[in-house]
Amino acid sequence: MFRRAMWKTLGFVGYTVQYGCIAHCAFEYIGEFVVCSGPSMEPTIVNHDIVFSERMSRHLCRIQKGDVVVAKSPFDPNMNICKRVIGLEGDKICTSMTSDLFKTHTYVPKGHIWLEGDNLRNSTDSRNYGPIPYALIRGRVCLKLWPPNNFGSLNESPTGRIIKTEKD
Amino acid sequence: MAQQATSRWRYIRAFASGLFVAVPITVTVLDRVAYVARVEGASMQPFLNPVRNYEVQRGDIVSMLSPKNPQQKIIKRVIGLEGDFIRTLHYKNRYVRVPGGHLWVEGDHHGHSLDSNSFGPVSVGLIHGRASHIIWPPNRWQQIKPSLPPNRGPVDCEEEEEDG
Repeated sequence: MFRRAMWKTLGFVGYTVQYGCIAHCAFEYIGEFVVCSGPSMEPTIVNHDIVFSERMSRHLCRIQKGDVVVAKSPFDPNMNICKRVIGLEGDKICTSMTSDLFKTHTYVPKGHIWLEGDNLRNSTDSRNYGPIPYALIRGRVCLKLWPPNNFGSLNESPTGRIIKTEKD
Repeated sequence: MAQQATSRWRYIRAFASGLFVAVPITVTVLDRVAYVARVEGASMQPFLNPVRNYEVQRGDIVSMLSPKNPQQKIIKRVIGLEGDFIRTLHYKNRYVRVPGGHLWVEGDHHGHSLDSNSFGPVSVGLIHGRASHIIWPPNRWQQIKPSLPPNRGPVDCEEEEEDG
């Protein structure tokens, strides 16, 4: 009788390990659920929204300008930030305020991206800390899940900061 | 004929269910426990552990994604942690203070090493493995202990005072 209990436990452990590994692969390579907090992406994403961010675009390097991405914070790798991609490597970014007389520009270096929140007034992003390496991106937000009345895909950038080039 | 079809179908099912078990477990082990990486040209194959909570010490050999090319993995030694002052070798500034959440990494051969001397301090989030053992060639089996190369380390404030 003890033997049967032991075999049953072993079987249970085996199944747990197997399904745990499948869950890990799903979250690592397919997508994950993200709870957003903070006002920096309003009105596209507000505080306490739940979104789904897919991992395939990041692994295949298919993140594009205008995508909303979840990335690791450059100053604290345990914190994540959720912003919109304004420029990819080689793109020209306007760094001066709209009220400035002389416009200043910068180019996004190789292997980096420029992120900005949709709520420009209340967002710390690449305008404060500069472009971040592409490899810090975790996933691309593709679907809003909660609250239910806002279910669906995300809107385009409301800020007009994305400069479309002939390549797009 | 029917018997052949069912035995072949059974074989396919057994193969598929075996794959369904083996692939996720292998992928998870490689992501979470350990993996092996080749180091080009330096004739050592380290055995890498994923980093937990991004805990690295000065002198550790780490594997990270290059900030210049997100698909390239590079293996370097950690010289400075956040807050350290580093005397750089051929970087645009002579002295650099490593910002919060960043590291200063260097290759052991300073010739044309693609390290912090060319792209500056790197964010800790780019680190994904720490080399723990050399497993090939067999005459170089050893556990890798963190050790800083001579004269490459953070500049202490007391040293500055003595010189000045």
